[in-house]
Parts: sequence; structure tokens; C-alpha cells
Amino acid sequence: MKSASKFSWMTPVTTGLIGGVVALFLSLVGIVEASLGRYVITGILSMGQVFLLAVYAIFAVQAAQKATPEHGEKAPVYRTLACAAIAGLMISIVLALLVVVGEQIDLRGVFIHATPVLYDLLTFGLGVPQGIFVLLGFGLLMGILFGVLVLLPKALRKSIGVGLIAVPVLSVTYSALFAGRGLQLPVAIAVFVISAVAIFLWDRFEKPIRTRSQALPSGQQRTMRLGVWVLAGLFVLALPLLGSYPSEVLVITGIFVLMGLGLNIVVGYAGLLDLGYVAFFAIGAYVMAIFTSPEITWFPIHTSFWVALPFAVLTAMLAGAILGIPVLNMRGDYLAIVTLGFGEIIRLVALSDWLKPLIGGSNGITQIPKPTTFGLAFDNPQKLYYIVVIGCVIAAFIATRLKYSRLGRNWMAIREDEDVAQAMGIDLVRNKLLAFATGAALSGLAGAIFASKLTSIYPHSFNLLVSINVLAVIIVGGLGSIPGVIIGAVALVGLPELLREFAEYRLLVYGAVLVFMMLRRPEGLLPEARRKLELHEMSPDVAE
Amino acid sequence: MLKNLRRRVSGTTIAMWVIGAILLIVVIVGTVRTLLIGKYTGADWTDLIVYGISQGSIYALIALGYTMVYGILRMINFAHGDIFMAGAFIGYFVASYFDQTGFLEQNLVLSLIFVTLVAAFTAAAMAVVLERIAYRPLRRAPRLVPLITAIGASFFIEYAFLGLFGSGIKGYPEPEALKGRVSIFGVEILKTQLIVIVAAVVMLIALWYFVQRTKMGKAIQAVSEDKDAAALMGINVDRSIMITFLVGGALAGAAGVLYALLFRQVYFFMGFFPGLKAFTAAVLGGIGNIAGAMVGGLFLGIAESLFPNLVLDGLGIPAPYQLKDALAFFLLVLVLIFRPTGILGERLATKKA
Repeated sequence: MKSASKFSWMTPVTTGLIGGVVALFLSLVGIVEASLGRYVITGILSMGQVFLLAVYAIFAVQAAQKATPEHGEKAPVYRTLACAAIAGLMISIVLALLVVVGEQIDLRGVFIHATPVLYDLLTFGLGVPQGIFVLLGFGLLMGILFGVLVLLPKALRKSIGVGLIAVPVLSVTYSALFAGRGLQLPVAIAVFVISAVAIFLWDRFEKPIRTRSQALPSGQQRTMRLGVWVLAGLFVLALPLLGSYPSEVLVITGIFVLMGLGLNIVVGYAGLLDLGYVAFFAIGAYVMAIFTSPEITWFPIHTSFWVALPFAVLTAMLAGAILGIPVLNMRGDYLAIVTLGFGEIIRLVALSDWLKPLIGGSNGITQIPKPTTFGLAFDNPQKLYYIVVIGCVIAAFIATRLKYSRLGRNWMAIREDEDVAQAMGIDLVRNKLLAFATGAALSGLAGAIFASKLTSIYPHSFNLLVSINVLAVIIVGGLGSIPGVIIGAVALVGLPELLREFAEYRLLVYGAVLVFMMLRRPEGLLPEARRKLELHEMSPDVAE
Repeated sequence: MLKNLRRRVSGTTIAMWVIGAILLIVVIVGTVRTLLIGKYTGADWTDLIVYGISQGSIYALIALGYTMVYGILRMINFAHGDIFMAGAFIGYFVASYFDQTGFLEQNLVLSLIFVTLVAAFTAAAMAVVLERIAYRPLRRAPRLVPLITAIGASFFIEYAFLGLFGSGIKGYPEPEALKGRVSIFGVEILKTQLIVIVAAVVMLIALWYFVQRTKMGKAIQAVSEDKDAAALMGINVDRSIMITFLVGGALAGAAGVLYALLFRQVYFFMGFFPGLKAFTAAVLGGIGNIAGAMVGGLFLGIAESLFPNLVLDGLGIPAPYQLKDALAFFLLVLVLIFRPTGILGERLATKKA
């Protein structure tokens, strides 16, 4: 492309306008306002403001980088700064327009979040004429500041950037876990400095440390790795010490890790996009409920969690294989839609009056007992957490072993090309059904734990959104990658669970994340090496 | 190789046919029993059928968007149902504004047309933007990538609308002139249903004309047939795809207004089920086939309104209408298993898909 090497002053204007639209969207959709109460720096800076600042940062930096066109010579300093400033100003102009229009016409009839609170925030509480000028000036200032950041040498730029991100992340984690009100200003500054310095030092000394540790004799290396594993294990086991509420969140995250590991086998290994995954979760939960709840009178057996657990897993597994049969011949997107249909059918049937005498219809099943072992009741989230961890460890073990087994390699072959795999003598029917069944079993396990955690289940808990949620988890983490599942679950389930004020925006974020990941990083955050290779080698157009 | 495949899966094939036979028997038994009991009168059945036709013509309008996009890109535009929802929402804002100013009552026809046009225009614009941002960069990506993107886009649009406009169910204004029934050929039908059916037929004819008779329509057909060959013939492929999204989006937006006219309420999640059902309709008719989408939509609409009362009631299932949605999905699964080609289509589900 020849035109790319030429610089046009329209580029920063468009970049800024896009940024303005993003900022406008965040404001009107209510995210900014919803997070005004969540302070990052106590009394000074709220999360809502941080979101808007992030928009300024991202788009000003982008505009500054675009000042140097591709294949062109490096832009003079003034141009980089001017581009960033223009972008910042454009964002402010868009927001200022919102305030000006909003003051004239009442927008609240249409946009429910176009409130005076928002206008107040955008005009720094100064009202219309003065506030608008301050907003515009602020945009210019932010643009120039981030332009300067771009001009700094790389090491310095990186450490400042990391420091800037560390403050809100740490602060929000802290306040979410301990119901705090954000960091005090001096603490925030300290966090910024420490993390910036740490990353600066790490960059400098990473290589020597790495070469030194690699130079160690292999026995010592193994001990070191073992030590790291033991430390990680102890860390995981110590997490419930954080308290009851964080443990609750951890249990939910763990349940999603379990489901993610299962779906990862179906989607990540075998390449069968299953959108009805929640069905097996529901089956696991319902079997657990039917076996253990005293409410169910028609079923002859009433037993404990541990006896019911294998039945829940087996039933889910069987259901996975049975529902797998009709879709054996389908590929890709058709499979996705049909499995989605299955999931919805199961939910709708569970919800209807038809099966009400058996499974309670919309009233669900209640009084499911919590698990007990030798008189020790797992009656609070701290204890339940360990059951979930055990489940996750088993699942992760199974998933890892399967991945490199003959079965796992068969699945990968099927994922790459069904016809070729078949021609190589791989039994499609058997392997596909095994994938569905294994995935379903893990989902059933998660469902069984879920049921006894909540002690009551309703069909509403098993809607499509759960499937989408799990799908987002494994896609963000990286399809086929096991550490990816954990990262994905922590980021997409644990974090939003902690930040309750975002509950309404959770699926908005998931949607955006799915689109963004597919466009920019289809291999996920912690990609599996093979898939990364595939995605980047196959499609030069995407990489561009 | 196909023969080999047939031999290998013959066991499952037989099992599937057995399941099919059982289902057929169940349907027949249910129908016969319902008719023998005679719980519903003739008027009840005509009501259900008219309701089914009006519902089905909306499905047909949405299904066209699925089918055209599938035909041209071989992808399921999962977010299409939300484009439909967006149309209904925009229509709601315009309609309630007209209602406040009194324009709606004074100039009913004009305002209805205007509301539909605005909704169609906005929905079309959204569909085009969606294509540009989310789908175009992924044209050569592996097949599942655009589908996942579409699912993401679908949820993004839904929850963006939730955030922007609130979660409450909004009631469409209901002008006096549209209340009540009219009698046509001795059949009493609701005025709104009549409007929906007529409007849908007009739009379907317009679309048929556009695709079959105009240059742009023919270009779209050529691109669906073979993108590269079409490009060699001097057809602007990107533009054809854009127009496809535009037309599909406009139809969905208009369908949103019609849907709101029937049910008089809009909310952010309303696009999900109609979207899935319209997809079912597209598959029923044979995806990629425009006439098929129309037939499939009508079939699904009628089946959905008749079947619960006709079949399930006879089987003694309480409150069968609760299973209406489940039935539609069941139909989708059945069609994809037993006749992936749909009523009028080529075999796509296993071959090109």
C-alpha cells in the first residue's frame, strides 16, 4: 500500500473521533456512572473516571504512533505531540457535545444513563460554560501527556505504563476483596513507583537470571521447578484464608474452570463448537438434586453427595454421548446451532409444567444437602472450595493426559481436517462421541458441585448465557490451553463476581471481548503453541 | 469416500430412522387424540392458523437476512436477531414520539410507514457497520472464528441496548384505529395481523424483484455462487456483501416494527428467540435459498402455533404452549438431522458447512 507511507492530518482526527464515540458509549451505557462509587484513589479518582482516562490514553497513544506512518520516516517530535493532542481534543469535543446537547434537551427519555450526575462528572462539576472549556483543555493536556509518553525511551515508557495500570488493578482487587474504599493517595503513588521500578529492574535482569538458572545442573533445575509447583499449590490451598466472600467467588470461579476444562476438550481439542454445553451442567445438577433432596418423593434412593456424584457424572456423560449421535455428521456452525437448540430444549422442558411433578418445573428443587465426609460438613464456601479444587486438579490432570494421548491426537486430527483424519483411519464416530462424553462428564461434575453449593436449583440458572460464559472463558484463555482456562475463568468470572456493580455489564464485556479476541488475538491470552502457529500461518490477511 | 462413510455410520443411521418413526407415530397419535376429544372449535383453529401466518411472515423477513448472508459468506450471522431487536427499539422511540405529539392518531398510515422506514434504515446501518468492523477482517479466517465473533457481537448489541435504554419492557403505543378485528372472506382476523401479513408480502415481493431483476441483485447472486469468479467478472465483491447486509438488516428492522405491532412490547432480549427461530426457518426452507426462507418462515410460524395444541394437547401434556419454543428448536434439530437440505435447498449442512 503506497498511501500508507504518507501522513495525513485526518488520521489523528479520525482516531480521536473513534475514541470519542467509545467514550460516549461508555458514558451512555452507564459503565462510567455505575463505577463512580468504586474509588481507585480514595476521594480523588473513581473507577468510572479511570475508564474515561483509559480511553484518552489508548487513543492518544494510537494517534501518536500513527504520526509515524508505516514504512515512512520517523515523525518529528512536534507532529507526534500534535497528533496525540488532536486525538485527546476530539474525544473531549464529543463528550462536550453530549453535555451541551443534554443540557438543552432531556435525553433521559431515551438514554437512561444521560443523567445530571454524568454531566457533572464530565464538566468537573463546574457547570456548562466553564466546565466545557476545562473539559476541552483537559483533553488537550491528556493528549500531550500521552504523546510525551510515546516519545520516551522504550524501557521508561514500559515501566510508566505498567505503573499506571498497576494502580487501578491493585486498588480494585484490594477494595473488592476487603470491601475497602480504594487506596489512599500516598499508597497509590507508592504502588505506582514500586511497580514501575520493579518492571524496570525485571526488564534489565530477566535475561541474566534466566541464563543462570538454565545453567544449573538438571537435578537442581528439577528441584527448583518442584519448589515452584509446591509454592503454587500452597498458594492455591491458602486462598480461602481471604475470608468467606472471596471463597464464595473462588468456588464459582472453580466451577467455571471445571466447565472450561470440559468444554476445552470438546471445542479446543476436537474442534466441535458446542453451544449447548450448559445442558450437561444442568443434568449433573438435577441428578445430584434428585438423588439427595428429600423433596423428591418419587425417586426411591436418597443418599449423600459422594454417592450421588458418580451418578451425576455418568448421567451427564451418557447424555453427552446420546446428544452427540444426531450431530455426528454436522460440521462447524450447524453443530453450534443444533447444540444450542439442545441446550434450550432441555431448559424449556425443565421449566414447563410437563415435568413439574418430577423435577419441580419453575420452582426447581430445594433442600439439596451439602456434602459431608466422616461427619465433617462442607457447609461454608471455604470448605467447599477444596472440593472444587480437587475436582479441578483431577480435571486438569485428565485433560493434560488426554491431550498427548492417542485419543488427543486423534481429536486434533479431526479438528484440523475431518476428511483427512478419516482417510488416515481415525474412527470419527467413536472419537467424536468420546469428546462429547468427556466434556459432558466434566460439566456434569461441575453441575453436581454447583447444586450442592447452592442447595437449590432452578431451570433459570441453566440458560444459554452459561454456555456463552464458558465459551468466553476458554477463548480468552486460549482454545486448547489448560492454564488459559484458569486465567480466563479468573478474568471473566472471578473478577466480575468481585465487582458486583458491573453485573449488568458482564455480558456486554464478554461480547466485546469475544469480538476483540477473534479480531486481534484469536489464539487467546495463553495460547497453545500449535494453535498459535495455525492461526497465524493460515491467514495472512488477519495478521495484517 | 461418501459410500464408505455411509457404510460406517449405518448403525447410527438406522437408529436415527427408528427415532424418526417413533416421533412420527407420536405426532399422529397426538393429533388424532386431540381431534377426537374435540376441545377446540373450528374458529380456534383458524385463529391459530392466522396467528401462525402473521408470526411466520415475520420469521420469513428475518430469515431472509440469515439466508442471504449465509448464501454469500457461508457464515451464520448470529447477531441478526439483534439487528431485528434494534429495529424494534428505534421504531418504538419514533412511534412513542409520534404518539406524544398526536401525529400517530391523526396520520396513522403515514406515521406507520415512517416508523418502519426509520427502523429499517437504522437496522440496515447497524448491520453494515457490524459487517465492516467485525466480519470483513475475518473473511479468510477459519470457519469457527467468524461464528464466535458473531456470537460475541450478538451479546454486545443486546447488552449495549440494555445499558443504553434500560432493561424494562417498553410498551408500544396502540392507536385506536388498529384495535379490533376485520372480516376477510368470512375469517375474522386482528387488524394488526392483517397489516403485518400485507406488509410482509409487499416486502417479500420487493426483495424478490431486487434480487431477480436488478443489476445489484444479480451481482449478489453471482457472488454467492463464486466470489472469485464474480470478482473476475468485474463485480465489486465487498460492495455486494455490504449490500447483502444492508438489505438483510433493513428487512430485519422492518420486521422488528411489525413484531412490535403484533406484541406491542420491546425489550433488549427480544431478538434472541425470533432470531434463532428465523434461523430455523431459513434452515427449514434450505439455507441460502431466498424462496426457501419465505416458505420456511411461514411453515415454522404455523407449526409453532398449531403444534402445541394439536399434538401435545392430545398427548395429555399440561400447558403445552410453554413448550412452543422447545418445539421450534426440536424442529430445527430434526430438520438438520433428517433433511439438512431443507424443503427447497441443496445439501449444505454436511458438505460446504
